[in-house]
Amino acid sequence: MIPVLLGVSLLVFTIMYFTPGDPAVIILGPSATQESIAQTKHELGLDKPFGERYLEYIGNAFLRFDLGKSYFTGRSVSDEVLVRLPYTLKLAGLAILWSIIIGIPAGAIAAMNQNTWKDNATMFGALFFLSMPAFWFALVLVMIFSINLRLLPVVGIESWKGYILPVISMSVGGAAGIARQTRSSMLEVIRQDYVTTARAKGQKERLVITGHILRNGLIPIVVVAGNSMGTMMGGALIAETIFSIPGMGSYMVNAISKRDYPVVQGGVLVIAICFSLIMLLVDIVLAFVDPRIRAQFSSKKKKGSAAKWKAAA
Amino acid sequence: MESSGVMAAEAKKESNISIVWRRLRKNKLAVAGLIIIALLVLIAIFAPLIAPYDYAEQDLTNTFAPPSREHLLGTDDLGRDELSRLIYGTRQSLQIGVFSVAIATVLGTTLGVFAGFYGGKVDILLMRFLDIYQSIPGLLLSIALATSLGPGLNNAIIAIGVSTMSVYARIIRASLLKVRSMEYIEAARAINATDFRIVMKYALPNAIAPLLISITMNIGNSILAASMLSFIGLGAQPPVAEWGAMLTAGKDFIRTHGSLITYPGIAMVISVLSFNLLGDGLRDALDPRLKN
Repeated sequence: MIPVLLGVSLLVFTIMYFTPGDPAVIILGPSATQESIAQTKHELGLDKPFGERYLEYIGNAFLRFDLGKSYFTGRSVSDEVLVRLPYTLKLAGLAILWSIIIGIPAGAIAAMNQNTWKDNATMFGALFFLSMPAFWFALVLVMIFSINLRLLPVVGIESWKGYILPVISMSVGGAAGIARQTRSSMLEVIRQDYVTTARAKGQKERLVITGHILRNGLIPIVVVAGNSMGTMMGGALIAETIFSIPGMGSYMVNAISKRDYPVVQGGVLVIAICFSLIMLLVDIVLAFVDPRIRAQFSSKKKKGSAAKWKAAA
Repeated sequence: MESSGVMAAEAKKESNISIVWRRLRKNKLAVAGLIIIALLVLIAIFAPLIAPYDYAEQDLTNTFAPPSREHLLGTDDLGRDELSRLIYGTRQSLQIGVFSVAIATVLGTTLGVFAGFYGGKVDILLMRFLDIYQSIPGLLLSIALATSLGPGLNNAIIAIGVSTMSVYARIIRASLLKVRSMEYIEAARAINATDFRIVMKYALPNAIAPLLISITMNIGNSILAASMLSFIGLGAQPPVAEWGAMLTAGKDFIRTHGSLITYPGIAMVISVLSFNLLGDGLRDALDPRLKN
């Protein structure tokens, strides 16, 4: 886990390090003198070599949770992040929850009715939603429900109603991905002998589906759900700018246009760390839903992407 | 001797392709996707001939015009013909899809070959690197790279290509690991074939099926990713007619002129859906378990 975090921070730091354009010039403006630029550079520690700057950055970030200051407002990035991150996590969490609530039953219906119109309609719908830019869908929802029907607020999250459109627009893509994965993993196990056995002993069809088919196909579904958490956090950045939600997204998008690099760097790092923690959680969930996983890990055999994440942690 | 071997190999390859093609043809949705993609390519190539106006041609006396005979889909906030801009936008979207996936495939394949073919420490090191790489959400990595490279369509293409390469690296690695100890690789070694030749001729062809599926599916995803970058101001810059940038420009007029965001969105859904339908069809057609 810790090597991954260090690696992520090194990667993000390196990408930002090679960004052309002198931050001192960005801060002071084009009319600044050579001396004041040199002085600002020294104050910000920008004249030090790469290695020293990186060590200083991660030292501050991980030991004192100090991600530097915004070039423009001078406010601490960590303080802003602490206020804004909960909004982003709440949005992403709600969206992933809805993706699962919609995606798994939809995929199950498709799998149990393989090659019928129900299957085809569900799968075409899933592919359609996967082919849509999420922010476009968000704008279309705003147009229909907020502007034409005046049912929901256009922006803001003063009431729970404000969460409806952002969460729907973010969750359709995830739900579609989960539905597709659910269908294919259920189809893998649907013809296994133990399913026939379960039916032969007179087990209720509902329990055959949930207890035998779905249970055994759950691993790839959980992995897809975990991975879509990453997509959700990316999607939250976009949704926040559309719906004016004061989360990480609106903070970072603003910073990108002003080239406020400490904010972009800190934001990317914090979200990447959250994502790594979630993937660790996914591994724990996997071991919980399927005891076979532990045996798989101990034999150190790479099987599926589940092992990959475990190895990373 | 050499040429007869090549011919035999080609004859076999040909028959494999025809098997896949026969199975793909049965899938009506995949065929529909293929036809739409072909149409999009034609539209992109002949855009200047088809489009009634130039994509940057402004008519400030005729802004936000409703659909009419002169402007079939109306005009935008600067009086530019919406239909012409959509037609020219096909070029950008296909460019984004094809080039970013090409970058990702080349980078990913190179890494995958090193990891899968040589194995050992190189493999462990590269796989750790990919683990780290993939613990940054894709869109976020593209945003960071595009910020670093600066705004612009070409930089967005590079950013998306670089940030999606890990998928290909893993695919190539997995299939090379499978064939590494096969007898025909050993045979190739025995006739003193160079590593490059072994990889290109004997090892990589095994990875083509999964690679092809990922490429097709990712073209659509790259188009979507580029539109997101455009949306936060890192993609195509005005006056380039790119669907994502058109959507972004249109969102300011959402209350009064919703059509400005409806049309580019529909164009994008149609093209991405076509690539995804084709990718799904290819996956089914290339599945060896279904071979009959």
